[in-house]
Amino acid sequence: MKNEKIKFKDRLKDISAGLGDSLKESTLWGSIFRPGSPFRKGYSDSPRNRSYVVMNNVLYHLHPVKVKRHGVRLSYTLCLGGLSFFTFIVLTITGIWLMFYFRPTEMAYVDIQSLQTSIAFGSLVRNMHRWAAHIMVLVVFLHMSRVFYHGAYKAPREFNWVIGVILLILTLLLSFTGYLLPWDQLAIWAVTVGGNMAGYTPVFGAQVKFALFAGLEATEATLLRFYVLHVLFLPFIIVIFMAIHFWRVRKDGGISGPL
Amino acid sequence: MVDIPEHLLLKTAEARAKALGISVEQALAEMRGEAEPTKIEKEPDVIEVTPIEVEVKETPAPAAAVKETPAPAAEKSNGQVPTEVDFAPETKVTQRLLTVVKAKPIQKPTSEPVDKVNTWPHLMLPEFISLMAMTAFLIFISAILQAPLLEEANPNITPNPAKAPWYFLGLQELLSYWDPQIAGVMIPLIIGVAAFMAIPYIDRNKENNPSKRKYAIMLWTFFLAGAGTLSLIGILFRGPGWNWTYPWIDGVWFDDLLDWVHFE
Repeated sequence: MKNEKIKFKDRLKDISAGLGDSLKESTLWGSIFRPGSPFRKGYSDSPRNRSYVVMNNVLYHLHPVKVKRHGVRLSYTLCLGGLSFFTFIVLTITGIWLMFYFRPTEMAYVDIQSLQTSIAFGSLVRNMHRWAAHIMVLVVFLHMSRVFYHGAYKAPREFNWVIGVILLILTLLLSFTGYLLPWDQLAIWAVTVGGNMAGYTPVFGAQVKFALFAGLEATEATLLRFYVLHVLFLPFIIVIFMAIHFWRVRKDGGISGPL
Repeated sequence: MVDIPEHLLLKTAEARAKALGISVEQALAEMRGEAEPTKIEKEPDVIEVTPIEVEVKETPAPAAAVKETPAPAAEKSNGQVPTEVDFAPETKVTQRLLTVVKAKPIQKPTSEPVDKVNTWPHLMLPEFISLMAMTAFLIFISAILQAPLLEEANPNITPNPAKAPWYFLGLQELLSYWDPQIAGVMIPLIIGVAAFMAIPYIDRNKENNPSKRKYAIMLWTFFLAGAGTLSLIGILFRGPGWNWTYPWIDGVWFDDLLDWVHFE
């Protein structure tokens, strides 16, 4: 009896292994994974396979096959650039999720309330979106300081620093436009203070304020304006600049240094 | 024998014929081994060299010996050396130098080799771990810290104080010192941003070692300290009417961290 059981197990193992092999040899599998991909050939640790992991991966757009040894030390970059990008991805995912339950109208406040009370994981996702936004502002600024202290803005990386400053401004604008969306007292008055500061612009002050508020003060028209900027316009712009930023990091010779 | 292209053979034969004063056909035949090579009749002009007599001293210092060697120019003036020296007698020339090709590699190495490691696993694994850590941190903090949600927006009720988002609080604090109408806001801000962008074009020091760029590091550290101090004052030490308050006496007016500030 026991022997038969083992045999049955072995047979099952053979069948699953055979299924796995035939799946890996199928046209569909081969069309999904590039030749040389570890998903196709299996992975054993060798310098050749280490290169193949990157080369047959969409991340090849982001990472070269090899990087300078000092650059992979965690204490060199503290992973700040990568974490800026990652918090942006977290914000995109949670933000899209929040868009299903949010209307930028007089219903905005009610929507946030029901998100917190009656929608599964609503409170968690809203909290994640908000804290990740604060963390992103902080991490982007720390990334900028890290780059400054390493002198990583020097030739040939001057222009990538300029793009980085643009990305910082866009991050602040994304955070600022998102600030209004809960449509509570904190949101409207923080944005009013910020908008009034912009209103002190010499010469064009009134016009700048009018364009920002879509009127003379923060109203529901402002809410719609900030919403469109927040979910569509600014992410669109920031993604373009991020693409240029990452491309230039590699084109300018990867990570700077060593010190 | 290696096949020599016909036109090259002809060219060489012409050169040989010219050098030896024979016909091209003759030279061609000689080169193909069909005829006896023409003997060189004309001997090259031999330059008569009179041995230089060097007075040998008792202690011959090499520098002194050189000094006493008669200069070649002086010997020339004697008239014993032919005025025109034929260093390459025509009769001897059987090939020509067309060009000199310097020996160099086709590909030039432009940069020094750098110590590198494989991205997988040395970069991608720590990256993945830090992303996971960040996700865990975000979920944890979102579970214990509630994002603030005050009463519904009401343009008729102004909270006191009305504070900007925390990253603008340093600016708001700074502006409270001057009348914003006089200080202007956006123009200094735009100039400030432009100055930030211009940093790499202003700082032309090529060094990136901290000990060789103390001035730049000092300036940035001052900026960080200033911005941090102003922001902290704006966040913690400003209460109703933007008056100075102490967080441990009067409390904190900072609704971003409502859940932290109000202990119930």
